Amino acid sequence: MTDTVETPGITGGVADLGIPALRHVPKTDEPQKTADFKSDQEVRWCPGCGDYAILAAVQGFLPQLGLKRENIVFVSGIGCSSRFPYYLNTYGMHSIHGRAPAIATGLSASRPDLSVWVVTGDGDALSIGGNHLIHALRRNVNLKILLFNNRIYGLTKGQYSPTSEVGKITKSTPMGSLDYPFNPVSLALGAEATFVARTIDSDRKHLTSVLRAAAEHEGTALVEIYQNCNIFNDGAFDVLKDPSTRDDWLLRMEHGQPLRFGSEGSRGVVRDPSTGGLRVADVAEVGTDALVVHDAHTDDPSYAFALSRLSGQDLAYTPIGVFRSVERPTYDELMTNQVETAQGASDADSATGLTALLRGNDTWTVV
Amino acid sequence: MSKQVRQLDRVVIRFAGDSGDGMQLTGDRFTSETAAFGNDLSTLPNFPAEIRAPQGTMAGVSSFQLHFADHDIMTPGDRPDVLVAMNPAALKANVADMPRGGTIIVDSHDFTKRALAKVGYEASPLEDGSLDAYQVHEVDLTGLTLGALEGSGLSRKDAGRAKNMFALGLLSWMYSRPTEGTERFLRKKFATKPTIAEANVAAFRAGWNFGETTESFSISYEVKPAAMTAGTYRNISGNLALSYGLIAASQRSGLPLFLGAYPITPASDILHELSKHKRFGVRTFQAEDEIAGIGAALGASFGGALGVTTTSGPGIALKSETIGLAVSLELPLVVVDVQRGGPSTGLPTKTEQSDLMQAMYGRNGEAPVPVVAPRSPADCFWAALEAARIALAYRTPVMLLSDGYLANGSEPWLIPDVDDLPDLRVDFATELNHTDAKGEAEYWPYLRDPETLARPWAVPGTPGLEHRIGGIEKADGSGNISYDPANHDLMVRTRQAKIDGIARSIPPIEVDDPSGEASVLVLGWGSTHGPIGAACRRVRAAGQQVAQAHLRHLNPFPANLGEVLGKYEKVLIPEMNLGQLSMMVRARYLVDAIAYNQVRGLPFRAEELADVITNLISDTDGE
Ligand code: SF4
Repeated sequence: MTDTVETPGITGGVADLGIPALRHVPKTDEPQKTADFKSDQEVRWCPGCGDYAILAAVQGFLPQLGLKRENIVFVSGIGCSSRFPYYLNTYGMHSIHGRAPAIATGLSASRPDLSVWVVTGDGDALSIGGNHLIHALRRNVNLKILLFNNRIYGLTKGQYSPTSEVGKITKSTPMGSLDYPFNPVSLALGAEATFVARTIDSDRKHLTSVLRAAAEHEGTALVEIYQNCNIFNDGAFDVLKDPSTRDDWLLRMEHGQPLRFGSEGSRGVVRDPSTGGLRVADVAEVGTDALVVHDAHTDDPSYAFALSRLSGQDLAYTPIGVFRSVERPTYDELMTNQVETAQGASDADSATGLTALLRGNDTWTVV
Repeated sequence: MSKQVRQLDRVVIRFAGDSGDGMQLTGDRFTSETAAFGNDLSTLPNFPAEIRAPQGTMAGVSSFQLHFADHDIMTPGDRPDVLVAMNPAALKANVADMPRGGTIIVDSHDFTKRALAKVGYEASPLEDGSLDAYQVHEVDLTGLTLGALEGSGLSRKDAGRAKNMFALGLLSWMYSRPTEGTERFLRKKFATKPTIAEANVAAFRAGWNFGETTESFSISYEVKPAAMTAGTYRNISGNLALSYGLIAASQRSGLPLFLGAYPITPASDILHELSKHKRFGVRTFQAEDEIAGIGAALGASFGGALGVTTTSGPGIALKSETIGLAVSLELPLVVVDVQRGGPSTGLPTKTEQSDLMQAMYGRNGEAPVPVVAPRSPADCFWAALEAARIALAYRTPVMLLSDGYLANGSEPWLIPDVDDLPDLRVDFATELNHTDAKGEAEYWPYLRDPETLARPWAVPGTPGLEHRIGGIEKADGSGNISYDPANHDLMVRTRQAKIDGIARSIPPIEVDDPSGEASVLVLGWGSTHGPIGAACRRVRAAGQQVAQAHLRHLNPFPANLGEVLGKYEKVLIPEMNLGQLSMMVRARYLVDAIAYNQVRGLPFRAEELADVITNLISDTDGE
């Protein structure tokens, strides 16, 4: 039924050092279609759930990457969104609550030839799995983390989540929730993330462009995706979607472009000398020259952090796009370098090496 | 002056002092000298959990016990023949373990009123006659060290620190140990500080010369080398042997070793050791917590590595959910638990065997996990290989239960030939293995090997075998999510049957019953092997019959265990817990096993076990 074979990254056979032969994800020459990435499993989210749109966007966008499908892995935790891997025809693991970043870290660090994606939700990533998320970010493991934020617990039927607004009335908080929410973008930036972006389930074009930017980033990319849970938190992001409000609330950031939004570009982002941060101003008052030109590549994370603070619990004003995208060596690469350096420094083959290791420096012989 | 040399067949020495006095180093050096000389030996370090425990207090006492002999021995010894006590606290903490007539060498330098009061001595035990039962040598070790190092350029404080080397020199003279190794060691250890290196060498030599010349030590001793199986030996501790076993398993399986671990006493040494061996392709990941440690290891296993996580009892508690996931995913994973005293933080630096139930049952659902335990420090090497064999062959997490005593204790190890190590190669799946209703070939991740019931292992990167696995119940074969009642019943039973079936691959338990006439069997597991074995020898030396059997596999048990138990009138199970194996044995075999239990953080004493066995034999045979 099975054979000992060589697959990229893993070499079979005794005493082989088993070091990944490839340090990057191999590309394919064969054209890929959206259908190639659809699994045979029936999708079981509630009708109307925002997860469908995200799944369609991901299935539609993966062929554009041109990576060998067998070298793509989706790892998820627990929650509605974490069913995602079942619906994609790649390798996948539906793991346990909150632990996907840790599991994906081991996979990615030991297999640099894989494109490893994490699918998680606001409860999974920010509550039970908060520790793993921040540590993956600071290490800069080569993971693409898609955080579906619906500001509610869906799978457990509607309790408030760590991104729910204060005062949220839910089954577990009949008098309103007391906890102040996380801003996932601020959190990621505070955790030394090298790539942080935000997008919305309903905007396929924007979603795809952000996913592409994340895929191209080397290191951990955190993408917060606002996702509507039409069963337990319907309309949570309507102000950002409704034609009558969205222009005034939504700030589309583009690298190299002034940060300007509002109907007819009436609003913009300016530096606030009183706080050292950023604030939203009327362009008519401050003039176009005062507007900040977006620079996602600036080293100083406080700029992206200030951008993330423009929005409060009420979502006014919500920047979407790439907040920060900077280069730093990936954990996977650094780990591989150390292994290769150690291997380069020794010339013994592994069997001799093992014998020498077991013997150590202090032996005696009994005849 | 030529002194008398007396022959001994075995000696137990305990060095005891403040945590800052370098007792572990002193013990290690004496061990190396003894190993080089060719005695059989066994060691027992014992130290406080605090890194800098308060000076001069009972809580701060650190000790190192070494048993060496001209024949093969099984334990670090019950009671020291010689106690070296560097201060009043060390004397007070250890004197109760001394047999009458034992030798006590005391550094009298610090027997001040204040130091005595600190540990509750009202009068100096050196003066009040309380030590009359022992041969006491009062030596101002510190003062003599200071004298020897006068003009060395060291401050008084630094010079005084070399007193442990003075003591080592004195004991090395007393027991005719070779000295070159220690001098070489000191010069290497302090290579960047030649003044300190030379001061330590000078103190070491001064101690030796003191023994040679002073009249207070009139006899030195000789313990002849032990007759051992021919071959090349080294001294090795349990944690080191376990690390090497994991590297060997990686080499013999051809799979890269990935360790995910969070620092915890007494397991951290394995993380330290493995992180030194990247040239074998070893990747070590110091995780943010215990959960991430095992998660990363499981992720690496999914990718085709030999995933390993190492911890102690509290860490296992945190890893339980992921172990359950590994049971469900049916991926190889080695989970090392270096047990320590519990519950909760318990006794971090002391030994215990109280995680057996946790290893067996500490998960939600029916989540069977094979359990393997080493019996001695060097055996940790072989147990690690066995744990990896089971994990790889059966695609399952395996618990490897070491303990603090094995981890830090050491013994001579007959170094194996690498080519004789087991072949652990695995076959990854590469081809579609099933045909669907439409006649199309597909890959079923849960289509089992009929012999082992192991599922195929298709690693990412293998074209055509893309598949999804998870912690939700899976349909038999296809691995798709299934909530079907009959399927769940089948899967639960199948996972259990897979683990039970491992018994077919393990050797029968052997019974040591030299006369074949014993009515009492002593059954043990893990690190009690030494004390139980030594106790059985004592009992036999006194003319009585007793049988001994020791389990390497606690789940599944060897197939012949029930039959073996049935042959004896009484089964005694000594454990460093409140009767966990005995509960398993009673439940499984309906045998009225007698538990003998201690949880003192220390290994059993052979003497006391021998009494327990003897009493049981007279009860049994007298009936
Ligand atoms: S509960 Fe909400 S998030 Fe979950 S599937 Fe239904 S709509 Fe989507």
